[in-house]
Amino acid sequence: MHGLTEVTDGTSGAVDIGEIMQAIAEHKGCGTEGGSGKASCGSGAGQGDLPTEIWEKVKNHPCYSEEAHHHYARMHVAVAPACNIQCNYCNRKYDCANESRPGVVSEKLSPEQAAKKVLAVASTIPQMTVLGIAGPGDPLANPAKTFKTFELISKTAPDIKLCLSTNGLTLPDHVDTIAAYNVDHVTITINMVDPEIGAQIYPWVFYNHKRYTGIEGARLLTERQLLGLEMLTARGILTKINSVMIPGVNDKHLVEVNKAVKSRGAFLHNIMPLISAPEHGTVFGLTGQRGPSAQELKALQDSCEGEMNMMRHCRQCRADAVGLLGEDRSAEFTTDKIMAMEVNYDIDTRRAYQAAVEQERVAKVAAKQEELESLAGESSDIKLLIAVATKGSGLINEHFGHAKEFQVYELSTSGAKFVGHRRVDLYCQGGFGEEDSLETIIKAINDCHAVFVAKIGGCPKSDLTAAGIEPVDQYAHEFIEKSAIAWFKAYLDKVNSGEITHQVRGDAAIRQGALISAA
Amino acid sequence: MAFKIVGSQCTSCSACEPECPNTAISEKGGVFVIDPAKCTECIGHYDMPQCVAVCPVDETCIIDPAQPRYQGAA
Repeated sequence: MHGLTEVTDGTSGAVDIGEIMQAIAEHKGCGTEGGSGKASCGSGAGQGDLPTEIWEKVKNHPCYSEEAHHHYARMHVAVAPACNIQCNYCNRKYDCANESRPGVVSEKLSPEQAAKKVLAVASTIPQMTVLGIAGPGDPLANPAKTFKTFELISKTAPDIKLCLSTNGLTLPDHVDTIAAYNVDHVTITINMVDPEIGAQIYPWVFYNHKRYTGIEGARLLTERQLLGLEMLTARGILTKINSVMIPGVNDKHLVEVNKAVKSRGAFLHNIMPLISAPEHGTVFGLTGQRGPSAQELKALQDSCEGEMNMMRHCRQCRADAVGLLGEDRSAEFTTDKIMAMEVNYDIDTRRAYQAAVEQERVAKVAAKQEELESLAGESSDIKLLIAVATKGSGLINEHFGHAKEFQVYELSTSGAKFVGHRRVDLYCQGGFGEEDSLETIIKAINDCHAVFVAKIGGCPKSDLTAAGIEPVDQYAHEFIEKSAIAWFKAYLDKVNSGEITHQVRGDAAIRQGALISAA
Repeated sequence: MAFKIVGSQCTSCSACEPECPNTAISEKGGVFVIDPAKCTECIGHYDMPQCVAVCPVDETCIIDPAQPRYQGAA
């Protein structure tokens, strides 16, 4: 790990960075928190052990709170096309409208168009609480456009949280501006803290009028990223670290990254699978670099989940995504459409709607707690996964055949814990026909013992059963966690009575394709 | 008088525009173009032409064979 030089504080000294880091380290981040009964922002509807000011920042942010992502939506505006680094998993020329991954957008927006779009979406989707700028390049390589957009939105829609996602190269130069615009959530993509590994991921970075390549470029990048992270922590701005898991390149190393960011006060760590296919035209796609399997990803996330919670609900969305994390409604809000829209931004309507969402949320958590108590006497080492078809609100409310993704929960005697999701929609260029779709779904949820749905046809039902996955439709339109715990209790009873034998399931594939909005 | 942007390669990301020391780059018809009358190949400004250094697509900002090479300030 040579080359990692000590980063300097870079702050005015008015804030005690150690004190803030300590406070942030103590609350343990904001992911999901099993059924241990200990509330954290990621699991309970309550504030739990979080300081009030942090709870206020995350409670309605779908990316920073797993629990919130069932209820609240976000949007990205694509005002930042320029980038200042090159990543081997990114190709800026690819722009298939049905392709869904970071760095891809259908149309660029000016700050003024973006502000109009935010109002249009906020009026149509009252649970949209967060506006992020995530590209399609790097927001801080386009500082004028990025901050102009924040300025316009903070004037017209002051209740919307502002968020940005950066590679961190110029972050230290902009931290004060970020704080001045009240951007209280910043995501930094950190794939390494070792420049030798970095050189395999980043061919070059452009900084101070110069292109730096190889180890030199990667060293500059990691130093700037970690300095930027410390400066944000010192200002009390919440940070999420995104890391792309690239098997054979940085998979083992991400444990080191986790330690490095945790010690600098990062709030949440999001380890995402590499998206890589030859048709994307990325360096990794063309060299045949594979992404991780579902089991590999989960094992790494589990091993990093100690002091700091992990984000597992990331959908790796586009820089122009709109809606709940599992959906993309951007096609409803193209520039042509929003310019023609009558926008009535009514903050009271939004508040009333969000108050109703809060009630639903509290009811969901209460139901889970109640069911959890029924597991109190159980003791078993069995841990298993289930897949759930849901349209949101924490309910089992999607038909099997309509599901574009399944949410995956891990069940044990400590309760139901959200551990991920599997996309099963059809990829525009993948050539999957109707014939293959069931097979594709089975591959995607092959590690699950059961799939919970609102409704399912006879044919897929028997195919799933044959594959060893139990289709469960008896909890239609009920709360996910409560139903899952009830089912798990019955499962344990059947194992204990000898009616069934518990079998360990195999691995599953992570689909790489598009999230098609027009389904 | 020297560099040009290959239009079919340009992603229109705009990264080059603010980097040009001569404000020779502007958007035209959805892609960016270099005004050959203003381009100095960054000679006297930087070690490397800035548009080449920042462009995300290789072989997009190239020497324009139709133009004479920059000869320095007149």
